[in-house]
Amino acid sequence: MSSDEMWINMGPQHPFNHGLWNLRVKLKGETITQAEPIIGYLHRGWEKMVENRTYSQIVPLADRLCYGSSLSWNHLYCLTAEKLYGIEAPDRAKYIRVAVLELQRITSHLTWLMAVGTDLGSYTIMTWSIRERELFLDLLCKLSGARMTYNYCRIGGVRNDYPENYERDVLRVLDEFEKRLRDLESLMDENEPFLMRTVGISKMDGKTAMNLGLTGPIMRASGVDMDLRKLDPYEVYADMKFEVCTHTDGDVYARYRVRMDEMRESMKIVRQALSETPAGPIRVKVPRCPPKGNVVCHVEDPRGESLMYMVSDGSEKPYRLKVRSPNFVNLSASPPMLVGFKISDVPAIMGVMDMCIGETDR
Amino acid sequence: MSNLYIELTNFTEWLLGLVASILDWTKLGFLSDFGEWLQTAPVVDFVSTLLVVAIFLITAMMFGLCFIWQERKFLGRFMDRRGTQVGFLGFFQNFADGIKVILKEHIVPKDSDHRLFELAIFAYLASTFMLFGCIPFSDNFYVINVNLAVLLGVAIFAFGPFSILIGGWSSNNKFTLIGGMRAAAQLIALEIPLLLCIVSVVVMTGDLSFVGIVAWQEQNIWLIVPLCIGALTFFIAAIGESERIPFDLPEAEAELVEGWATEYGDVRWGLQMASDYFRAYILSGLFTMLFLGGWAGPEFIWAEAWYLAKTFIVFFFFIWVRAATVRIRTDQILKMGWRRLLPMAVINLLIAVALKVAGVF
Amino acid sequence: MSQVIVYDTPDRSVEDIARDLKSKFPAVDVLKAAPKRLHVQVPRDISFEVCKFMKEGLSFEHCSCVTTVDYIDHFTVVFHISSWTNHILSEVLVDLPRDDPTVDSITPLWGGANWHEREAYDLMGIVFKGHPDLRRIMMPEEFKFHPLRKDFIVGRRV
Repeated sequence: MSSDEMWINMGPQHPFNHGLWNLRVKLKGETITQAEPIIGYLHRGWEKMVENRTYSQIVPLADRLCYGSSLSWNHLYCLTAEKLYGIEAPDRAKYIRVAVLELQRITSHLTWLMAVGTDLGSYTIMTWSIRERELFLDLLCKLSGARMTYNYCRIGGVRNDYPENYERDVLRVLDEFEKRLRDLESLMDENEPFLMRTVGISKMDGKTAMNLGLTGPIMRASGVDMDLRKLDPYEVYADMKFEVCTHTDGDVYARYRVRMDEMRESMKIVRQALSETPAGPIRVKVPRCPPKGNVVCHVEDPRGESLMYMVSDGSEKPYRLKVRSPNFVNLSASPPMLVGFKISDVPAIMGVMDMCIGETDR
Repeated sequence: MSNLYIELTNFTEWLLGLVASILDWTKLGFLSDFGEWLQTAPVVDFVSTLLVVAIFLITAMMFGLCFIWQERKFLGRFMDRRGTQVGFLGFFQNFADGIKVILKEHIVPKDSDHRLFELAIFAYLASTFMLFGCIPFSDNFYVINVNLAVLLGVAIFAFGPFSILIGGWSSNNKFTLIGGMRAAAQLIALEIPLLLCIVSVVVMTGDLSFVGIVAWQEQNIWLIVPLCIGALTFFIAAIGESERIPFDLPEAEAELVEGWATEYGDVRWGLQMASDYFRAYILSGLFTMLFLGGWAGPEFIWAEAWYLAKTFIVFFFFIWVRAATVRIRTDQILKMGWRRLLPMAVINLLIAVALKVAGVF
Repeated sequence: MSQVIVYDTPDRSVEDIARDLKSKFPAVDVLKAAPKRLHVQVPRDISFEVCKFMKEGLSFEHCSCVTTVDYIDHFTVVFHISSWTNHILSEVLVDLPRDDPTVDSITPLWGGANWHEREAYDLMGIVFKGHPDLRRIMMPEEFKFHPLRKDFIVGRRV
């Protein structure tokens, strides 16, 4: 290490990392020459913990993997368990799940936007996106009774049906949000300093991104049309009409753009799912113990591909449950994104990644 | 309002006369002599100057606090929230904050350079408070009215980055070090366009005192009209000088925690934060004085009120810029300072000279 | 401006790919070839060659996950490798003896496997040969145990 370089620990307590993790960067002047993310500060032993819980006890635990998009984890767990049990949720439950998952995706993206706003120093972006997010949190609260950790999906369906007038409320919120989303976009897209901070930063091409295992909006921003809702449809996504949002630049701005477009597509899906929801039961009976075997299931989380691999030995507790968190892999790919940029770019680059240490450390 | 100095000299004379007559009443020779000495011109001058400074500082600081309140409320509205709610319209938030930071523990990092660490922040604060004295409220309400007042103010202003650099270095922390270096680089890059804008004003008015500059604008025209480029340059450079978003790089909390002030806790931190606002207030005051005709205005209210109203409006634009933009990078600020603002300032200076030579004003 | 890489319709079916794999490596045991899913059992000594062939010959371009399972008498390493071109998620199972839990690392092929393998090393004690930076990731460096193994008793003081 030459004398004009220095290591800086940005974390575990630092304003830019949302969660407990440490980014060690080596600086030459203000330019990053080497970077190393360090995680493990929030490791709760989730995978060991669930080996000592029954299948139904794990449902609320799955919520706690990520507070920002708890429903998608909850749903992924239930979907995997359903596959293991060899059952399928009723049609109505599937449509409800899709609608709620997309509401969750919008919420998660708004949380992300909030973090991007604070990281770049604009508290207006933060408060505006919190305001919008509140609309959706109210909807989810009405449905499940909780604002953050919903515990809504069940193995074999969902916990409860839509409350009274729920479709009307959702449509009202969506109409309102569509207007406000335009406001939010104009706050950023027409903002010269915002463009100065994002355009051309941390460029990554599709091939590299693929090799590094990136998934989700970051991957799509690099010009790879990869969305598990299309490539490996689960629930009723095969019937939904929506576009996969991609961008070819692969820089911070492209990643931001992809997520903003995705919110629009999510709204489309919610509208369609709400209008096409069939009547019928919302839940099926599930035996206590699943058959022996192993099963793998992957879904498109707001952050990317999340995967669960479950092994059952025929008892009432899972033998092994492995979680692939999208953020874990995205974070491992951050050094090549950071090297060569300034220390001021660290919040921009890591901010658009939508860090969630809960699911990264598990 | 009549002249503050004359008023207070009369008051001091009366007060000291009262004291002297009480002392005289005791019939003790040495006390009577002391009473007579109290009434001599140097003592009266000294006491009245002290009174002027105290009154002026308190007034200016109160309006500085109003700026913090204004920022909180307006920023709240920009962000679609209410802003602070403590006390009447949230005005007592500042006092609550002040009490809080005063009650905090005084912490000095073990490995820091203790003396410099303690000194740097007070050098910074002292320069800010000295600046208060340089800015008159009107041609009657001021502390000093020397011929080189503008130059003096700018010279004191340039002392800021020096103390920031020392503070950042002596804290012995990598974040503060980077913050200090950034502050120095940024303030120097923006100081030069700022000075050139002031030079253009001086060229136009032919006077280096605020009273003279304002008087010239009262007779002719507000300088923002002929020197609009300069006003814009000055405004942008002033945001940078006061270290506000989008140019708050020295204390960019996203990457540098709290920049050069990371290690400062307790009341020193509170004063440093307040000092940032005071500097913003001083810079908007300067803008008012140089480009918006200072306290000039129709005479149905006091001249001081005109000055304050204009300053608040200028600060409103500071808040607006803060609410609308994000922080930009150091290299971009430096690029902007040297490659955009400097040419703009030079063009502005040329315009000023051309106008003067052509005899328009 | 580069083009968007689009994965519209799959080029090849799962059976097709399974046949290719079987003909190239007779030792590979195809457990299941369901639509969009391919499960294969691979002997430990040729695991790297199989993965390499999958990446270069069968266009499996993305490593989703690396899982390890402790079956008391042996370990199983599961590589979840996806091919977006063919819309397939494949599951490559490699059995390791309990007294010698080493396997070839696939990080040289897919950089995305890096942290997964570090995690497997940390929590299960599997040694990946050829991994560029095999250190503990979740647990502190001085931690002596591999907590996801079945013989690690939860609640025991360590």
